[in-house]
Amino acid sequence: MANYNLNINGKVYKTDVAPDTPLLWVLRDHLGLLGTKYGCGMAMCGACTVHINGEATRTCILPVSSVSEAKITTIEGLSEKGDHPVQTAWHEVDVPQCGYCQAGQIMTAAAFLKSNPKPTTEEIETAMSNNLCRCGTYHRIREAVQLAATKMK
Amino acid sequence: MEKTNNSRRNFLKSAALAGGGFMLSFNWFGKEAFAGDIAATDAAAIAAADFAPNAYLSIHPDGIVTIFSPNPEIGQGIKTAFPIIVAEELDVDWANVKVIQAPLDTKKFERQVAGGSGSIPHSWQRLRKAGATARQMLIEAAARKWNVSATECKTEKGYVIHTTSAKKLSYGELATDAAQITPPTDVKLKDLKDFKLIGSTVKNVDNKPIITGQPLFGIDFYREGMLFSMIQRPPAFGLKLKSFDASAAKAMPGIVDVVSFKNKVAVVGKSTWEVKKAKDALKIEWEKDGNLESTDDHNKLFKELLDSPKADVRRKEGNVEEAFKNAAKIVESEYQCPFLPHNPMEPMNFFAHVREDGVELVGPTQTPANAQGQTAKLLNIAPEKVTVELTRMGGGFGRRLGTDYVLEAVEVSNLVKAPVKVIWTREDDMTGGSYRPAVRYRFRAALDKQGNMIGYSLRGVGINAGNPTRENNFPSGAVPNLLIDSVDHKSPITTGPWRAPITNFLAFAEQSFIDEVANAAGKDAVQFRLELLDKAKTSPTGPVRYDIDRMKAVIELAAEKSGWNKKRKGVSLGFSVYFSHASYVAQVGEVVMKKGKPVLQKIYAAVDCGVVINQSGARNQVVGGIVDGMGHAMYGNLTFTEGKPNQSNFNTFRLIKMNEIPAIDVHFVDNGIDPTGLGEPALPPTGASIANAIFKATGKRLKNQPFIEQEEKLLDGIS
Repeated sequence: MANYNLNINGKVYKTDVAPDTPLLWVLRDHLGLLGTKYGCGMAMCGACTVHINGEATRTCILPVSSVSEAKITTIEGLSEKGDHPVQTAWHEVDVPQCGYCQAGQIMTAAAFLKSNPKPTTEEIETAMSNNLCRCGTYHRIREAVQLAATKMK
Repeated sequence: MEKTNNSRRNFLKSAALAGGGFMLSFNWFGKEAFAGDIAATDAAAIAAADFAPNAYLSIHPDGIVTIFSPNPEIGQGIKTAFPIIVAEELDVDWANVKVIQAPLDTKKFERQVAGGSGSIPHSWQRLRKAGATARQMLIEAAARKWNVSATECKTEKGYVIHTTSAKKLSYGELATDAAQITPPTDVKLKDLKDFKLIGSTVKNVDNKPIITGQPLFGIDFYREGMLFSMIQRPPAFGLKLKSFDASAAKAMPGIVDVVSFKNKVAVVGKSTWEVKKAKDALKIEWEKDGNLESTDDHNKLFKELLDSPKADVRRKEGNVEEAFKNAAKIVESEYQCPFLPHNPMEPMNFFAHVREDGVELVGPTQTPANAQGQTAKLLNIAPEKVTVELTRMGGGFGRRLGTDYVLEAVEVSNLVKAPVKVIWTREDDMTGGSYRPAVRYRFRAALDKQGNMIGYSLRGVGINAGNPTRENNFPSGAVPNLLIDSVDHKSPITTGPWRAPITNFLAFAEQSFIDEVANAAGKDAVQFRLELLDKAKTSPTGPVRYDIDRMKAVIELAAEKSGWNKKRKGVSLGFSVYFSHASYVAQVGEVVMKKGKPVLQKIYAAVDCGVVINQSGARNQVVGGIVDGMGHAMYGNLTFTEGKPNQSNFNTFRLIKMNEIPAIDVHFVDNGIDPTGLGEPALPPTGASIANAIFKATGKRLKNQPFIEQEEKLLDGIS
């Protein structure tokens, strides 16, 4: 076990966990930040995506020891009032069905649009295609990313 | 920077506050705070002054209308659709409606089930009546107050208005008085033409908590003092537990206990990761308990069963043998599909707390009443002692109709005498059973000289598939000589309902075969189907269990929207139509050739589900069903080696991705008929609309799923 002061959503969270504990489970089991989801445990589905120093990163295989100094943003901290352009676009397009994968989709999209504010449809598909949605909401995800891009201008 | 180290404690405190009744339910509506809000129990949510005429709604004097949605929300949108229906008849401003998921209550509600696309058809009239009854009582209360006749009053967006004097009172102002009115036995429902909310575009009521990452799902449920559990189940179907050594696992940090029940070994501890590591450290010996079957065995077996002289006859008309003897042309074809796991993005999980005085269950289930009943049976207690709270579900696709994972949580909690949440890893979920069964079909059709189908036979053989046919579906009724039978093989591999059970593949096979027969008869695929439907109407053979006119209407609408009769250079269209779960869906796949390969650029869908409740939700279901149908037809494959699944996670089991979807163009018939469900019906016709278009474009007939295994080079980059 080891002590960590994690910088998450602009706050410092103290936690005492084994160094190999994936950040996902630290967030969920130890810090009560439940928006980040478990889907596969091998970085294949994207449900566990957060921002590490601004980069979309999968946390299900990311040991907490590797992010002790990093700036971490989870879905809960993406915006103060749930009004990040990607979040409002998701609501306007009415993307979710079951909703389980959407936090990971939103975090992936938000980091992508920051690095590429005016993406082509093809660039959106490349950026988003490794986030799985079992309900098949891909059309609306794509539309919402396009809409969010216009809002971020 | 603000320092926080008690977030978990605060969180658990909030969760504990919600304990004993409602879990975490959120005020979704924009002008209300929702982040971190914990809704009260349903009982507490109804204040004494509220007007609560039935189980579905209550109106607070402040004008806020709370609508309780009893059915499990699995992504099908029922938590939005049900309240729309109540709110429509109540005639209330949707902006003032708050939706709360009701827990299991078998006395208040009937059929709290998410399955069979049955919630809307079952509850349509009940929900309307619930809203209309309350509305009538509010009118009565206002009429008495004004000392006028109720017939002089109307309602509008949460107000009762006296038409002649223009006096008005809000529902909130009337709530206390309305509570004193005797509920009417006979209520008048709205005319369809007066619907304002039903048929409009309404957004998912849980959007806000979903997009801000608030805990909503079963896996998000935490309780102070709760333990975590992961379970090692037999790694192959046909194995049972022989012995295990848990000494290493027990010595690991955070581990509280290791217990065993029913051929399973459960590790119990203080966090998910600690439990996962300890589970991996278990030393377990398994022994044979049945056949260890491989996919190769099933492939051989299918051939035997297709020729088996013994079969269960499902439907028989006329004289099939004679028809084939007299045929000018015979078409014969076989179609096969593999097992499929459900793969909901939220793996199986459930919370149980077995106490002296009863059992508390919280989690994702499509059948809460079964969870209650089976828990009671397992522990030999009265069902009333078991409470079930419904969480939002991260998908299910039929997997959560079963209660195996619920009972596991009950067993573990009972053994360790503590509140326990059982979590399955993705590997547990994909290899843990209850699959869509593998099935093979053999079709034969006899054509006369004019290309009329005079004989039709279908033999379905499956592995734990029960009856893999739907003997009364089209073209039954339209063919004078017909035989449909089936043979089932009992296997240790567990199977269960998978979104649109049986028809999820049968529709592909039937609609592909009809395409083959139309081709052999030299007829247009749409015309051939319409002619058969005319026969079923004018000279039916045996019972016709589908509505011929409704099926014709979706066929014609899909043909119109896709430009079926307008030849476009380089564009190949494939047709498919299916009736399942009481709805009718026709589809046209549109394929163009690029660099010698077929590219599926569009699917057109014409849907008859009667009245469309919510444009946004309905379209989401149809598009999602088509993407699901396409993804699994293209890529889905679960194979076995000696009883063990060869695929266990998304690195080896391929799910469809965003860059693989075609454009989808959805059209609703919206004919005013009482609504039917949409969770399933759009999926079944998908495979055939794609495969029939690919056939037209390439001359290659795709018969086995997944398509990618059959024609990898051809289909690489299909969309």
